[in-house]
Amino acid sequence: METLGFLMDGFAVALTPYNLMFALFGAFVGTLIGCLPGLGPANGVAILIPLAFTLGLPPETAMILLTAVYAGAMYGGRISSILLNIPGDEPAMMTCLDGYPMAQKGRAADALAVSAIASFAGGLIGTIGLIMLAPVLAKFALTFGPAEYFALFLLAFATLGGITGKNPMKTVVAATLGIMISTVGIDISTGTQRYTFGVLELYEGIDFILAIVGLFAISELLFFVESRMGRGRDKMNVGKLTLTMKELMMTIPTQLRGGVLGFISGVLPGAGASLGSFISYTLEKQVVGKKGKFGEGDIRGVVAPEAGNNGASSGALVPMLTLGVPGSGTTAVLLAMLISLNITPGPLMFTQNADIVWGVIAALLIGNVLLLVLNIPLVGFFVKLLSVPPMYLLPIVTMVAFVGIYSISHSTFDLYFMVAFGVAGYFLRKLEIPLVPIILGLLLGPEMEKNLGHALVLSDGDWSVLWASPLAMGLWIVAGLGLILPYLVGPLLRRRMNAAMKESPVSD
Amino acid sequence: MIIKRTLSFVAAAAVSMSAMAWQPSGKVECLAPADPGGGWDFTCRSVGNVLQDLGLVDGSVQTVNMAGAGGGVAYAHTVSKRAEDNKLLVAASTATTTRLAQKQFPGMNADMVTWVGALGADYGIIAVGKDSEYQNLSELMAAVKANPKSVKFAGGSARGGWDHLKVLIAAKAAGADKLPSIPYLSYNNGGEAMSQVVGGQVDAFTGDISEATGFLESGDLRVVAVLAEERLPGKFSHLPTAKEQGIDAVGPNWRGFYMPKGASEEAKSYWVEAVDTLYASDEWKKVMKSNGLIPFHPPASQFDEFVRNQVQDIENLSREIGLLK
Repeated sequence: METLGFLMDGFAVALTPYNLMFALFGAFVGTLIGCLPGLGPANGVAILIPLAFTLGLPPETAMILLTAVYAGAMYGGRISSILLNIPGDEPAMMTCLDGYPMAQKGRAADALAVSAIASFAGGLIGTIGLIMLAPVLAKFALTFGPAEYFALFLLAFATLGGITGKNPMKTVVAATLGIMISTVGIDISTGTQRYTFGVLELYEGIDFILAIVGLFAISELLFFVESRMGRGRDKMNVGKLTLTMKELMMTIPTQLRGGVLGFISGVLPGAGASLGSFISYTLEKQVVGKKGKFGEGDIRGVVAPEAGNNGASSGALVPMLTLGVPGSGTTAVLLAMLISLNITPGPLMFTQNADIVWGVIAALLIGNVLLLVLNIPLVGFFVKLLSVPPMYLLPIVTMVAFVGIYSISHSTFDLYFMVAFGVAGYFLRKLEIPLVPIILGLLLGPEMEKNLGHALVLSDGDWSVLWASPLAMGLWIVAGLGLILPYLVGPLLRRRMNAAMKESPVSD
Repeated sequence: MIIKRTLSFVAAAAVSMSAMAWQPSGKVECLAPADPGGGWDFTCRSVGNVLQDLGLVDGSVQTVNMAGAGGGVAYAHTVSKRAEDNKLLVAASTATTTRLAQKQFPGMNADMVTWVGALGADYGIIAVGKDSEYQNLSELMAAVKANPKSVKFAGGSARGGWDHLKVLIAAKAAGADKLPSIPYLSYNNGGEAMSQVVGGQVDAFTGDISEATGFLESGDLRVVAVLAEERLPGKFSHLPTAKEQGIDAVGPNWRGFYMPKGASEEAKSYWVEAVDTLYASDEWKKVMKSNGLIPFHPPASQFDEFVRNQVQDIENLSREIGLLK
């Protein structure tokens, strides 16, 4: 088994004390960020990006840190869902449905423990799926020419609605904004400058790391300042663990179903973790039927969505690593990080940067174990942190963001830019314009343009080349479906999902 | 040459005895006009280390990264804010001269700094996939001459960038006309471009020898020409040059330094000689070897002229393909 050999090499990378330390740190901080209401994995990763630059981490360590934050945030999201009935992030919404009733019945500790185990199972299943699927898909992706890539990017844009769309027009506005920002700088296919107005700093375009940290981290700070400054939450009581082995065994089939479903919905571009947890929960309800007490604190109602969203978080890495097309908002942020580290995601990464790819995958496996270990005994600690007033957390985050961005380029111009993006992000969120499509537009717009140009150069200007191969044709059809389906199924899904939601989270 | 060597040796000796008129005291700054990890950053860091090892600086050499506009931000910084700094070196390469030639640094030209010297080069290559119908550069260029659109090239720089220019230099030397019609596909980096050539989507790759080492060793890529004066040393010695195929095309991507124009004459000559000493040292030869750099070191008296000629050549070529008006 070739894959197994690579995975072993990956473990060799991930298990060095240095990398292991960062994985642990990432898992811890990730859980912390995840459990703060409103802060999702995309924000978590965005906040930690500057830290990776501040510390001057080598690429594999930086990626290990960020994937650990990603996995940690997915774990952490459940804590506030269960205790406060406020989802830490969107994928954790479904966990509220049965988690909060459990907590009200005095079984908060059980809900937290069982959801940690479910998260572990989901994450493990998802990572195994990733290990099996990714290399195959990467080999297959080598046969992609410019026309196929163009169709693939089109597919990614077509399914954007599925990621964030409450209002499809706002998604379109956001994606367009992203694409517009991405056109600043030199146009590689003609060699001419676009929208640079003679300002030297704009010649290489706008760094998407700046945009991401500004849009996510800085705007988050502004929101915090506005709404939660000073006030901490009341201390909560978790209660004693009364979970029995029998109860745990009973949830194993649920964990497996949830993990697999989550993984599949994670792989689909645009679907992401929210869909994973939703489908897992709904299916579980169907399978168990009347025997369960869903909505009143059924333990399986906590297990299913947690297994689902953690499975999906690994699944979403598959298209990002193999094709360079992110499957969710958070993977879009990770993609941006890879590009800034001068690593081109896609099939080549599996051959040229095998140590990074497999190091990250191994780190995901290790991270899951670490998270399980962290989350069961330390759950009381995380709960305490929920009541820390943000006035202590905010200055740290702000400082890290500024130092990190400055350390990338030593340019104050970049800092102004980041703040400008932060303010823009604040207003966009006030207008309920989603931020993730902006990032996707920024990341994928230039790639799509480049591939369109290349396809046309190769065909000598014949547009029909774009759908000439069966593969490209297939992608166009899927893109068409992706555009239409959310309009048919979306409102239905969202109505059900929103039924459980009181506070609107930010992303992913 | 011998006299020069001796002179530089004397210079080095003189430095170590602190008998020179001028020598840097305290911290020397090396400006890398890009983010950490790239070629310019490498130039600064490795040169800084060797300068310290050889005792050519008594303090430390600090690498400062200043990314932006493909070196334009650092160039502007050097010209406007550090114009008289005696202890500032700035890493440069053919990418710098290309942008200067194409007026990509608005309001600035090659005369505004002092060109110190080159410390090696990465040579351009033109390569095809292993199953390609073209066996050598002559066949490839014959096809280009017959129909400029028949061979599609892929490279890691933008249109008009150094990788693209190498194709044009070769095509021009081969006597092809209609240079602007030759299709060139730009990718984010050389690796991406090569994979398209290896995968058979594009006909030929243009890039630097150091980028192609992996695919060359695996046998997926066939180098039809190296754009160097003579064959490259070591494991590349079997690769034919363009010259020996009757096409007079040379494309070195040199690595070196410039410094502020207003620095004192003593400082300038000190750094020119320091670069000579460094280039001749065994320590630097080791760095070159382990990083795939190929000897390239025009004598100090000719380096300025070399840079000017390169800028002029690139300017003419850019005008010819319509990139400059």
